[in-house]
Amino acid sequence: MAATTTEEVHAPVPQVVAHRVERPRTGWTSWVTTTDHKRIGIMYMVLTFVFFLLGGTEALLMRLQLSQADNTLLDPKTYNELFTMHGTTMIFLFVVPMMAGFANYFIPLMIGARDMAFPKLNALSFWLLLAGGIVFYGSVFFNPPECGWTCYPPLSSKSYLPNGGVDAWIFLVHLTGISSLLGAANFYVTIANMRAPGMGWGRLPLFVWTILTYAILLILALPVIAAAVTMLLTDRHFGTHFYDASNGGSPLLWQHLFWFFGHPEVYIMVLPGFGIISEVLPVFARKPIFGYKAVAAATVLIAFLGLLVWAHHMFATPSPTFVFVFFMLGSFLIAVPTGVKIFNWVATLWRGTIEFKTALLFCVGFIGTFLIGGITGVFLAVFPVDWQLTDTYFVVAHLHYVLMGGSVFGIFAGIYYWFPKITGRLLSEGLGKVSFWLMLVGFHVTFLIQHSLGLDGMPRRIYEYADVGHLELYNLISTVGSFILGLGVLVTVINVVRSVKRGVIAGPDPWKGNTLEWFTPSPPPVNNFDVIPRVRSVEPMKDIRRQIERQSAATDAPPAPVAESAVRA
Amino acid sequence: MARTPANRRPRRLALGVLLALALLLVFAGTAFASAIVPESGGSPNADDISTLYKLILAVAVVIFIGVEGALFYSLFKFRARKGAVPAQIRGNTRLEVGWTVGAALILVILAVFTFAKLGDIRNPPNSGPEGLQLADGVLVAEGPAKRLPPNGKSLNICVNGQQYIWRYTYANDCANAPLSSPFSYQEMVVPVDTTVTLDINAQDVAHSWWIPKLGGKFDAVPGYTNHTWFKVPSKLAGTVFTGQCAELCGRNHANMTARVRAVTPAEYERWLDQRKADIKAADAAAQEERKKVEQTTP
Repeated sequence: MAATTTEEVHAPVPQVVAHRVERPRTGWTSWVTTTDHKRIGIMYMVLTFVFFLLGGTEALLMRLQLSQADNTLLDPKTYNELFTMHGTTMIFLFVVPMMAGFANYFIPLMIGARDMAFPKLNALSFWLLLAGGIVFYGSVFFNPPECGWTCYPPLSSKSYLPNGGVDAWIFLVHLTGISSLLGAANFYVTIANMRAPGMGWGRLPLFVWTILTYAILLILALPVIAAAVTMLLTDRHFGTHFYDASNGGSPLLWQHLFWFFGHPEVYIMVLPGFGIISEVLPVFARKPIFGYKAVAAATVLIAFLGLLVWAHHMFATPSPTFVFVFFMLGSFLIAVPTGVKIFNWVATLWRGTIEFKTALLFCVGFIGTFLIGGITGVFLAVFPVDWQLTDTYFVVAHLHYVLMGGSVFGIFAGIYYWFPKITGRLLSEGLGKVSFWLMLVGFHVTFLIQHSLGLDGMPRRIYEYADVGHLELYNLISTVGSFILGLGVLVTVINVVRSVKRGVIAGPDPWKGNTLEWFTPSPPPVNNFDVIPRVRSVEPMKDIRRQIERQSAATDAPPAPVAESAVRA
Repeated sequence: MARTPANRRPRRLALGVLLALALLLVFAGTAFASAIVPESGGSPNADDISTLYKLILAVAVVIFIGVEGALFYSLFKFRARKGAVPAQIRGNTRLEVGWTVGAALILVILAVFTFAKLGDIRNPPNSGPEGLQLADGVLVAEGPAKRLPPNGKSLNICVNGQQYIWRYTYANDCANAPLSSPFSYQEMVVPVDTTVTLDINAQDVAHSWWIPKLGGKFDAVPGYTNHTWFKVPSKLAGTVFTGQCAELCGRNHANMTARVRAVTPAEYERWLDQRKADIKAADAAAQEERKKVEQTTP
């Protein structure tokens, strides 16, 4: 690989400097043995999307069961297994590793590096994730866990759930945890050390800022859940009593440890989504992000505060009022930087010239939807109000507004934005827009009404309900919505499958992007950059385009090949 | 920024539309109250929670309309058109500090609302004149978590969650309740206009006590005792309040229902006497049965 360094960057026009060109390896062995961050990223994204479809199918089965009062489609055991699988899949096997997939592919490209800092460790992260997924889904053939994604003891103890489902869950948390931890260390080191010349912290793309924060949060939160599930494992099999109240242990200890991980996990899932939005919005508004520093600072502040609010998941537990007050005020504080981000995004659109590409639509859908999730979050932070709302469908609605309307819409924006870079072909805008509208409408039909279900007294995690009040009507509406949402996801799947082979050729920079990944051909070569450009602002591609325009106007000479392709697009 | 009357007018119009929308929502809200506010009506703490919720909802509606309004306005107004040039604005420190402080202020207001209502939600009042006449003297020590009415008198019930049923023991000291204490399963009978304090615990896995019209949820966790209270107004004598376990407790979590039947104090005492008699009779019958078994097995 050509080790080009800063010597070349002083050259007036970027040039191709390649000492040796290798034919890219093909075939399945090349995928299994790869340490290329881009291929690992693709494997992450494909694998996690498969898990997304599995988790989605589980959700649809649950919605079918709940579409009628006193339905007998599913038995309670299956229903409990389904919501456990759904929650665990979406969190551990979809959103968190999907963000790692995007980060794997785009962090080195965005910071002007040729790979991650530790390419082999990177491959290990991916294979551990796959192992975690296999162990967990292997339990489908035996006994899947049925304790919810939170697996509270004593329910998750051996006395109440003796079969191996909980153990499979523990194993999954460990494997995906090590995978994420290694990945996080890798991202951190890569971002800290391998940035292009001139890319100081103040010129780091916002997506990279969010991945840096994501990595730090993972490093802080994962060891805690690892310890917690290990204690659960020894309670289950080796005679300890960490969570056993009858032997001096405490079930509340689990809740504290779990949520000390679980709440930062929420930000681990949503912050990279924020990062994608902060990259995509300025590109299609043709305007710089409004308040770059505030957006970056808000990311870090959210992460810091996110570590201090875990017990707002425990307002109904027997704990002192003083504790509740602390965690309520902490949760309030988070609303400030989150609100700042939303204001900054709206201000980014303000006075721009907005191009309604599918990626932008998903961003806007994200802002509009996430806002509702943020507002309902404030309701839940007020602990006396939370006493009525917690553990009801209001919470189910809230968390889906944040995670589905937040992270998942962010992920879809990322898919539509970056697909041309990954494959070299554009996704169909027509199908993309159909998918967006189906998903947006389906989402709100599914989840808006769930607030009312919760306010009407329907707790979560119940496999059946009596038809009191409007429960059956509301549930039916929600089920209909979930299938519209599912259809919307399916349209994107079709779009991706079609466009991989038959999409319109994208060229290196179809959107006139701001960040360095658009400086490479699509898909980028194995070494990413022949020349690493010097970064002079937050939007290096804008500078490069301007420089090329100036120079080609001045000299009339044909610019260097890489630069030329950038202009053609 | 120069403000001409021409650009002030649309702003006023926008403000008017927003106000109208907010009012509309408030009226729609009263029409579909059950769909947008938590249940209440059975006890003052539930009512106070509902009031607090409505205050937050009012603030939330304004923010929601403001932000979504700004979002949709920008999307409509600033869509790409021929000849339109995007303004290359990178930020505005004054504006940004302004909305940060604004957001913080709104949260201060919400915190003030909460603290103003907190006492009424947490602390039980005295029983009313039409309630059960409770014996004098504090029978249960008030702890850091357990609140008693100012006069120290409440009807105490021990709530115990078990897979998949609730058990209620009518006793003042739950840890040392005499075995002869009256008890019932699933349906709790309480006198109206009487402050009822609950000591909530669980005997197997975690459960959560929740009767929506009587206030919030309180988790029943093995090894811990949780506390809450309610006081049903006297006009609601004869009402049955329903609820169910709100913490996943196993396969039949969905079927772990609870009922609270509010009756007049006289009816309550009759019911309690009947329970005592029934339990005594059942005990005696069981004793008979045991004797018979002992006699037949040498």
